[in-house]
Amino acid sequence: MDYEKIEKTAARKARIVKAFTYAALIFWAVLVLFPFYWMVLTSLKGYGEYNSEFVPKLFTANPTLQNYVQAFTDVPLGQYFLNTIIFTLVTTAIMLIVTVLAAFAFARLEFRGKNLAFTLFLSLMMIPSELVVITNYVTVTDWELRNTFAGLILPSVASVFYIYLLKENFAQVPNELYYAAKMDGTSDFMFLWKVLIPICRPTIVTIIILKVVECWNSFVWPRLVTDDERYFLVSGGIQSIRESGFGRENIPAMMAAVVAVSAPLIVLFLVFRNRIMEGVSRGGTKG
Amino acid sequence: MKVTLQNLTKKFPNRNKKVKGDVIAVDDVSLEIPDGTLVGLLGPSGCGKSTTLNLLSGLLQPTEGKIFFGDDDVTRLPPEHRGVGLVFQNYALYPHRTVMGNICFPLENLKGEQKLTKQQMQEKALEVAKLVQIDGLMERKPNELSGGQQQRVAIARALVKMPRLLLLDEPLSNLDARLRLQTREEIRRIQRSTGITTIFVTHDQEEAMSISDLIIVMKDGAIHQVGKPQEIYDDPIDLFVATFLGTPPIHVFDANVKGEKLYIGGKAVLDVPGVADQDITAAIRPEGFELDENGAFEAELDRVEVMGRDVSVVCRHENCQADAIRAIIPSDAQVDTAKATVRFDLKPGKVYLFHKETGKRIRVEG
Amino acid sequence: MENQNRKGWLYLLPAALFLGVFLVYPLIDVLIYSFEENFNFASQEGTGVGLYNFSYVLHDPYFLQAVKNTFILVFITVPLSTGIALLISLGLSSIKKLRNAFQTIYFLPYVTNTLAVGLVFMILFKKTPYTDGFANQIINFFGGSSVDFIDGPYWAKMFVLCFYTVWVVMPFKVLILTSALASVNDTYYQAARVDGTSRSGIFFKVTLPMISPSLFYLVITGFIGAFKAYSDAVALFGTNLNVAEMNTIVGYVYDMLYGDSGGYPSYASAAAIILFTIVLTITCINLLVSKKHVHYS
Repeated sequence: MDYEKIEKTAARKARIVKAFTYAALIFWAVLVLFPFYWMVLTSLKGYGEYNSEFVPKLFTANPTLQNYVQAFTDVPLGQYFLNTIIFTLVTTAIMLIVTVLAAFAFARLEFRGKNLAFTLFLSLMMIPSELVVITNYVTVTDWELRNTFAGLILPSVASVFYIYLLKENFAQVPNELYYAAKMDGTSDFMFLWKVLIPICRPTIVTIIILKVVECWNSFVWPRLVTDDERYFLVSGGIQSIRESGFGRENIPAMMAAVVAVSAPLIVLFLVFRNRIMEGVSRGGTKG
Repeated sequence: MKVTLQNLTKKFPNRNKKVKGDVIAVDDVSLEIPDGTLVGLLGPSGCGKSTTLNLLSGLLQPTEGKIFFGDDDVTRLPPEHRGVGLVFQNYALYPHRTVMGNICFPLENLKGEQKLTKQQMQEKALEVAKLVQIDGLMERKPNELSGGQQQRVAIARALVKMPRLLLLDEPLSNLDARLRLQTREEIRRIQRSTGITTIFVTHDQEEAMSISDLIIVMKDGAIHQVGKPQEIYDDPIDLFVATFLGTPPIHVFDANVKGEKLYIGGKAVLDVPGVADQDITAAIRPEGFELDENGAFEAELDRVEVMGRDVSVVCRHENCQADAIRAIIPSDAQVDTAKATVRFDLKPGKVYLFHKETGKRIRVEG
Repeated sequence: MENQNRKGWLYLLPAALFLGVFLVYPLIDVLIYSFEENFNFASQEGTGVGLYNFSYVLHDPYFLQAVKNTFILVFITVPLSTGIALLISLGLSSIKKLRNAFQTIYFLPYVTNTLAVGLVFMILFKKTPYTDGFANQIINFFGGSSVDFIDGPYWAKMFVLCFYTVWVVMPFKVLILTSALASVNDTYYQAARVDGTSRSGIFFKVTLPMISPSLFYLVITGFIGAFKAYSDAVALFGTNLNVAEMNTIVGYVYDMLYGDSGGYPSYASAAAIILFTIVLTITCINLLVSKKHVHYS
């Protein structure tokens, strides 16, 4: 066997594979980043500049913030933001209370019918939201809650999956802690508040972040129950901007709105990167 | 096949940013392993023995130095061309394959003229399976096997391609005590019947002592001593080797030599001809104590533990670096437990002297 | 423990209320709706029970178009995105430098608003009198002629929809596969290398079987997710998807419920139930196939 030759081919092969790997990874990274670059770039181009470029340029010589001013004045983007923030905060807060209480009941309390309730509850995970949205739409219309925050929020609150996630986490806390707290005369509620919640904080934070992302991007339900611009969330707002805002053709201003809508979550992601990715790999899906 | 290491050095980049420089896992190791021997690579954890093994397998590349298999320089050769069999500490059996599938795995990679038909592969697999006595389990999946059986499958998989060199990484550490005894005999038997040069890594000196033809004692990336098990036990080259081998461990005393006599706690306990006057570290094997009412070595008696074949006298001495001394004496010896102290004579061959700072052995004449 | 009976249910009450009203009741209700004929939204009354709603939906050309679109979308994007995600994850796990940076970048689409970024894609692919758009620049560069991907031929529109869908679903798949690959013990690869296994041999005989549960999970969730595609299409082609010939089954359900042709919850319910029959069937087929090929340890 010619060892020297084998060594050299192996080394060359390894180098080629490595170069190829990096090239492919960089290619995909460009593909992912390009739309973001494009929206920021376009949002900084002047209206006249953009429309005069038959061949779109990959940079701009005269960046302007005019489009951002327009995005917040010509269309009620500020209102959409405010609506989305209210919607996100209230939905997440109510969801959290409901989830924590239910998870605690399933994880720690002994009551008749618990196992049956939990089985039924688990089977609810399989119900797709698309199937129930029809009746919910009818219900909310009947209750005359269209174009109200209540109509937006109430059907978005309960999430079987988050309850399940938190219940599993609560159940991992050793029983001894519960008994010790009982010995000290701590009530169930105080035990939940003072012991379980602090111990399970990472999971709770994960749930909060996932819910916030979900709320911020929600489109289908808000679109169904709101047709009054004053109650649009950012997704619906973007859609209405696309169809009627800025005289339809002011692309740079549209892109400014898109940047404004996308930025908060990207910042949130960069800050909580590990927590979000861990949370998603434990059970988030999109689509 | 003879294996030769020449000035082998492996450095890893330091992960701790506060400390500058690389971590040297293997430090200038030179060594020759004769053909057909069973070698135990022995040392405490982190001594570089697993790194050495991975350098031999080709999974790691040395920073400096050379490795020869026979007369071939294989230093930069990728693992698949080295013809080594490697048994991992956790066995690394593929959970989705049966025992047969696992053993056949290396054969499926053969190319060109060496390529085998499925029939031939299974015959070969069955052959080695018989050698390691698992031929009745061929259709099981790894998770249906006991630890000892998994170990055998792993060895069979390493042997099936008739390697020039067999490497075993901590082969017994995942087995319970009884299986460990049984399996180490098994490794010895398999090595004998195949005649393949075999190197196994272990931190358990008893394991290394019991089956190896040759033991290599490593510490901090460097080889301290190479030799037959009994040689290393009887004639340790330094304090580390002396303390690392033997159960119960050797007893280490702060002592001094004056006028060719060894003094422990101010009392002359042994003649040491040819040793200059100096402060010294003395080490005494547990079996180096001989009960004698007029013995020179006196210790505070604690208790006597009867262990059947022999008796261990547990006592204390202020100059001993350990809290308790365990002297092993024959069970027919009588110890007067009413007394506060016990006296011993020391057997000259079981007492070793080491340099106080360097720990190097100081030899006694005669 | 006697008093915990009441307490337990008390703690569960909020969740039970929300789930009951907005999840359990609607599930039963949607079944009733779908079989109630000539349901009038204003009077909340129907004239009888039967399969007419299903028959209507199945004969509606818009629904058939939506089914066709959805199936094309599903059978292109699910294998494609899973395959690319696998390649990317393999690449990611084979490098050390820049790995974190790549992972962060690849995850970005997950946290972006589908509607907002869809608008960017629309601009990149749209051909207007003022500009052919960036995508067409690239096509022209390679000698092709410009196509309007947003208002042009069917295949072009389907291409953008598939492209955007893959772009959107990739982060989740890459994340799951990289963590699956990371959890494979390194010694398996080392063992395979020492035994002289080639790169492709290692991939097919070691890596693939070891990550098959995660891969299978992705295929199942991928199918389910792709069958429910809607927002991506709206983002690219606007809300009037029927006119654009780009409607999806879910889009059809919403259109039936509300919007220009809306106000027919019975038809919407029937369409929704047909969708979930399809999804259920495909999932069952997946489960059957997986029994042979997925190795759970």
